[in-house]
Amino acid sequence: MAAGLRRYLLIVVPYAWLLVFFLAPFFIVLKISLSDLAVAMPPYTPTFDPSAGWEGFKAFISQLDFESYIFLATDSLYVNAFFSSLQIAVLSTFLALLVAFPMAYGMARAPDWLRPLLVMGVILPFWTSFLIRVYAWVGILRSEGLLNQFLIWTGIISEPLQIMNTPVAVYIGIVYSYLPFMVLPIYATLEKMDESLLEAAIDLGCSRVKAFWLVTLPLAMPGIIAGCFLVFIPAMGEFVIPELLGGSRTLMMGKTLWNEFFSNRDWPVASAVAIVLLLTLVVPIVIFQRQAERQQEAGR
Amino acid sequence: MPIVEFDAVRKNFGDFAAVDGVSLKIYPREFFALLGPSGCGKTTLLRMLAGFETPTSGRILLDGQDISTVPPNRRPVNMMFQSYALFPHLNVRDNIAFGLKRSNRSKSEVEDRTAEMLNLVQMNDFASRKPHQLSGGQRQRVALARSLAKNPKLLLLDEPLGALDAKLREQTQFELVNIQEKLGTTFIIVTHDQEEAMTVATRIGLMNRGSLMQVATPSEIYENPNSRFVADFIGDVNMIEGTAGKVTKRDGEAYAEVKTMSAATLKARCGVPVSSGEKCWLAIRPEKIAVSRTRPRSAANLVSGCVDDIAYVGNLSTYHVKLADGSLIKAQTANRERIARREITWEDEVWLSWSPDAAIMLSD
Amino acid sequence: MTRKFTWFNATSLTFAFAFLYLPILILIVYSFNESKLVTVWAGFSTKWYGELLHNQAMLDAAWVTFRVAFTTATLATILGTMAAYVLVRSGRFYGRTLFSGMIYAPLVMPDVIIGLSLLLLFIAMNIDRGMMTVIIAHTTFAMCYVAVVVSSRLISFDRSLEEAALDLGCSPMEAFFYVTLPIIAPSVVAGWLLAFTLSLDDLVIASFTTGPGATTLPIKIWSAVRLGVSPEINALSTILISIVTVGVIAASTIDRRRAARAGERG
Repeated sequence: MAAGLRRYLLIVVPYAWLLVFFLAPFFIVLKISLSDLAVAMPPYTPTFDPSAGWEGFKAFISQLDFESYIFLATDSLYVNAFFSSLQIAVLSTFLALLVAFPMAYGMARAPDWLRPLLVMGVILPFWTSFLIRVYAWVGILRSEGLLNQFLIWTGIISEPLQIMNTPVAVYIGIVYSYLPFMVLPIYATLEKMDESLLEAAIDLGCSRVKAFWLVTLPLAMPGIIAGCFLVFIPAMGEFVIPELLGGSRTLMMGKTLWNEFFSNRDWPVASAVAIVLLLTLVVPIVIFQRQAERQQEAGR
Repeated sequence: MPIVEFDAVRKNFGDFAAVDGVSLKIYPREFFALLGPSGCGKTTLLRMLAGFETPTSGRILLDGQDISTVPPNRRPVNMMFQSYALFPHLNVRDNIAFGLKRSNRSKSEVEDRTAEMLNLVQMNDFASRKPHQLSGGQRQRVALARSLAKNPKLLLLDEPLGALDAKLREQTQFELVNIQEKLGTTFIIVTHDQEEAMTVATRIGLMNRGSLMQVATPSEIYENPNSRFVADFIGDVNMIEGTAGKVTKRDGEAYAEVKTMSAATLKARCGVPVSSGEKCWLAIRPEKIAVSRTRPRSAANLVSGCVDDIAYVGNLSTYHVKLADGSLIKAQTANRERIARREITWEDEVWLSWSPDAAIMLSD
Repeated sequence: MTRKFTWFNATSLTFAFAFLYLPILILIVYSFNESKLVTVWAGFSTKWYGELLHNQAMLDAAWVTFRVAFTTATLATILGTMAAYVLVRSGRFYGRTLFSGMIYAPLVMPDVIIGLSLLLLFIAMNIDRGMMTVIIAHTTFAMCYVAVVVSSRLISFDRSLEEAALDLGCSPMEAFFYVTLPIIAPSVVAGWLLAFTLSLDDLVIASFTTGPGATTLPIKIWSAVRLGVSPEINALSTILISIVTVGVIAASTIDRRRAARAGERG
């Protein structure tokens, strides 16, 4: 039937695109991560030769090994990069929450006419280039940068602070870049909240502070959780921010992957880093996807 | 020949049978109402006729042709949606012309027909407004005009007046009837409002849990319900449980005696065939019961009790009378005189009486 | 409405917005600095903008970026709208969970992973890298954003509007083009703009998947900023920020007007 065919095509076209260009590449990455480095093009071995048939396939499989992963696990550089990524992602997610919550709370309580402008104000930086926004901090955080000039001028410090090329700069960069992702979901839950709930809590004997802890915060939880995922997951694999602000001493997975691939041309190790990063993020991504789907269902 | 025929139509959604074997014939020029509580399958039945759902089994015939698998855009049937489904990006004129433009009509034909429809629903002055600039009643009229523009063999109306307030709804009901009579199109309306069905329809099909309970004219369905469900759904009714006694025939009608739980003997017309000794229910409408403080001299059915509550709604008063066995019976009187002169009040001992023709006996 | 806007709220908003906007403002201000030393103010000048106009490599990169972003946005809008339809309308089908997983995952997937995996795919498939591969890569993640934006509009779309169109004689295709598309158009346009800016913005994925002759603006900017702060980059950033700002404000003003007009009655 024509209607059935149409529906089939509608599903198949985007589905096939994503299968080929999103899912299939992961298997190639997986395969290469199990291969060995070689001086050749492409720079890894074995390469699979379909003309060799089933025997060739078996021989190909038998040559795969976990060498790259063993290398990752035994070299302290990569182990450090992993834990450093985790630490930076967790801490900056938390810092972003600290900045974003009062902001979202203030936005939700702003007068009706002001709220759309504030939302727009949060979204606008998101539309401007990520790279440019990170770059903007370079001029501010450098030793001779504006922040140090300002602090010395006020007399708070006498010597310029070394912020640039430290993890602190990375925290600032991540919080700054991902702040809209944290603010918007929290704002969305707070804005929907019925103010009479707070009045009811106060009427039932809560103080204002207690009402905030017992009513506002639990109701904002879905937004907080969504925001944390939206910051944590990309922060974990961040490349631009640590590279530009963190300097050579700040190790992160995304940076390691980039360097292994572009500088060392070690494709198997770069692929293994990608697989480890992916495995780390699979659980949060699945949780995030479930929640996004559930919100869609609820919107129906 | 019927214009529409449902032949043992079933529709399952998973394990749930939304329509459970419905057979029904609807004739040309009828204004047919599908009535029932929400979830009874009336909307599913209508949507199968429009082509938005395919029957799981059975056939739907339109003018003798099986249309069960014809897609909605190829059916000479149009529908007026519950939400009106007016296209928000088009103005009134373009909404009405929408269906005409999809058919092989010339430009002038489309324009003429659109003007005609604007006229029919008196929306000439609003032709270039967008739907969001119209009131509820105006939107309803545009939706009607749009669904009638292609001159369908059959117009389906899904709760067409549900979004209107009570006063406007009453007025619109008469407008609908007038338009239907003027055009002679067969209308099938789905509604959960029994008053609306009674007002507009020439025939009503009452549905419950996917099945048709009774198909009859409004007066027939009110006066001669064929089951407890129908009697209960249409209007207000008192149900008195009892056992059937002696059955007698008079003027071609069967009458039976009913022994109630409190051992009183009442007489009623048989709505369904009953045999003596069977459990049965006696249905009597409140407005058919006379209330008096003194015992009426002759009455076929007579019970006494005390007034428990009085519901005064202006034109009518309903007395809730508690009988000796504790059951409540509602009796209604029209207030032809001012309330101050009402002679019956709370706690009064009263007599309730009615004729055997007023009550109907139904099986369990 | 009994919401109270306290001093605490006002203060936190002021600080937060200062945090969001001060760096950008400083960046813009120093693009007009006479001195090459970005952090020392030496008087007003527009000379860096002039130099930018004579930087042929930069202009070439801008042209490449524009073409990539335009094609990406268009492809991603078509595929993303289809995907949104599948998500919202197709009900249950075999592999639905995988499908919605593939829609949501790229929204948060680190760029380096997407970039590396696509590059390895292109190599495995023996595809020459260049503008085409960047477009494919960008379309893949941008279509997911479009799908999310469009599906959130489709969810609140009254399906009886489509049924009415079918009832009045439209084929399903006609119903889509005459009724559904005009009504969801704002979200489709928003999706297109989003895809366009995402593509315009991307450094990491483009770096992996690009080839000779397809150097995009972010790649160019990246190689410049790694060498340190340069007023020319500030000037370029200012231009890009202005374009986006004007675009976003214009889009939302049009949208607000539409909403206001729709709100005139009921």
